Amino acid sequence: MTKQATRSYDDATHALGKIWVWGMGLMMLMFPVAVCLHYNAWPDGAALLKGILSIAPMYWAVGMIEVLTYVPMLGAGGSYLGFITGSLTMLKVPCTLAAFERAKVKSGTPEGEAVGTIAVAVSSLVTLSIIFLGVLLIVPLTPILENPTLAPAFNQLLPALFGGLGVALIGKNLKIAAVPVLCMVILFTLVPSLASSGAIFVPVASAIAILAARLMYKKGWLDTPAGDQPKPTEEGAK
Amino acid sequence: MQTAFSVNDPFLFAIVAIILLLVVTQSVFFLVRAWRRALALGMEKSTLRKVVKTSATFTIVPAISILIGVIALSRKLGLPLPWLRLSVIGAITYETPAAEAAARAVGTTLSDTATALTAPQYSVIAWVMTVGIMAGVIFTPILCKRLLSGVDKLEQRDRKWSDIFMNALFMGMISAFLGMIFGHVTEGLAGWIPVFVMLASALIMVLIAVCIKLLRWDWLTDYALPLSMVGAMAMAIPITNWVTGVVA
Repeated sequence: MTKQATRSYDDATHALGKIWVWGMGLMMLMFPVAVCLHYNAWPDGAALLKGILSIAPMYWAVGMIEVLTYVPMLGAGGSYLGFITGSLTMLKVPCTLAAFERAKVKSGTPEGEAVGTIAVAVSSLVTLSIIFLGVLLIVPLTPILENPTLAPAFNQLLPALFGGLGVALIGKNLKIAAVPVLCMVILFTLVPSLASSGAIFVPVASAIAILAARLMYKKGWLDTPAGDQPKPTEEGAK
Repeated sequence: MQTAFSVNDPFLFAIVAIILLLVVTQSVFFLVRAWRRALALGMEKSTLRKVVKTSATFTIVPAISILIGVIALSRKLGLPLPWLRLSVIGAITYETPAAEAAARAVGTTLSDTATALTAPQYSVIAWVMTVGIMAGVIFTPILCKRLLSGVDKLEQRDRKWSDIFMNALFMGMISAFLGMIFGHVTEGLAGWIPVFVMLASALIMVLIAVCIKLLRWDWLTDYALPLSMVGAMAMAIPITNWVTGVVA
């Protein structure tokens, strides 16, 4: 497969992605519009402004940060799909990382692009199916899922997820991971209130990781390729 | 004329169903396209099946936690809106605060389940939750190509540094979330629960890796992450009970 073929596939992905994402954005707006039209229930301007101002500045900043951080990880197809189906931090990004590991491919390669898209698509379909089933079976499921005995388990989803993922990925990138992990642990231990700001610190930690890695790279401390991930195929090298 | 309103009106379910069908279509479209592309690149079908299996099993538990979010929000907002918001674009970490902020803006709260929402109140909440989460929808198509061509250029300039750069990006993300897990340790033993759960997850992952290596249980590889996650979540129950007992 030629570079030309790769480029045309990528170009088509971007073109289709734009159509899908903006199209779905408009569809999303259809819900409140339909509520207004069908029930003749137009929102009170002051309440609407108050509600939007109370969340939009923060959410839009986080949204922008997520785009800058996650797009290089997910690739084009994975991003166009992931930013529509959501739950990036808790689900789509770790799922993509797990898929890369399993297929032994890297992001930024044509294989990584394909695998990342497959991972996000499968994850999205499974999530949609589970929520659909849950909605259908909401009456019998609610007492089970909201059982106080199970509450501690679901409260600890994030540590349970990142503990295993950390071992799988940090073990292969110990030198690169050491500085950002240390910085973030110290930061959140000393200033616990920041822990609730979540995603905002992803690019901060990434910037620290990149800076530290650059220094180590310049000093020749990262002689072997980062991690033991296999080399991409010839085409991946472009 | 105003139509009678209920947060679980079939009309709302119909709108949600249309939007979700489109999301399913988009997912299938990208899946088929990427699958064909992977085969054209010479990837084995068996590898792709492994990717599908890993992705599907990995997704189950987080998806159940999203479902719990839908159920929690449905008490005040009904099923259609939380179902839509947590299936499309949204994330559980954003939608609950967004819904709470929107509910307060219309003079109620999510916990006030005794009072039914009026259509205008519901309309405000739907608008706030939708507009609040639109950043990714607007910026991804604008920035995606530029960001990825930047990554390409980096790779062309210095292949090795590009590899390290991407790994550093991933490590940054993981570091941020590992750090957040330590966000409550200054609150005493109870604040260490997330750390203990993380360690349990890490330990289970190490045990699985040992089994795969020593016993040659390669089949376990597909389930390593889901098992470590589910195992650690199961461990969270006795850990929490133990810590609560000690603290009390």
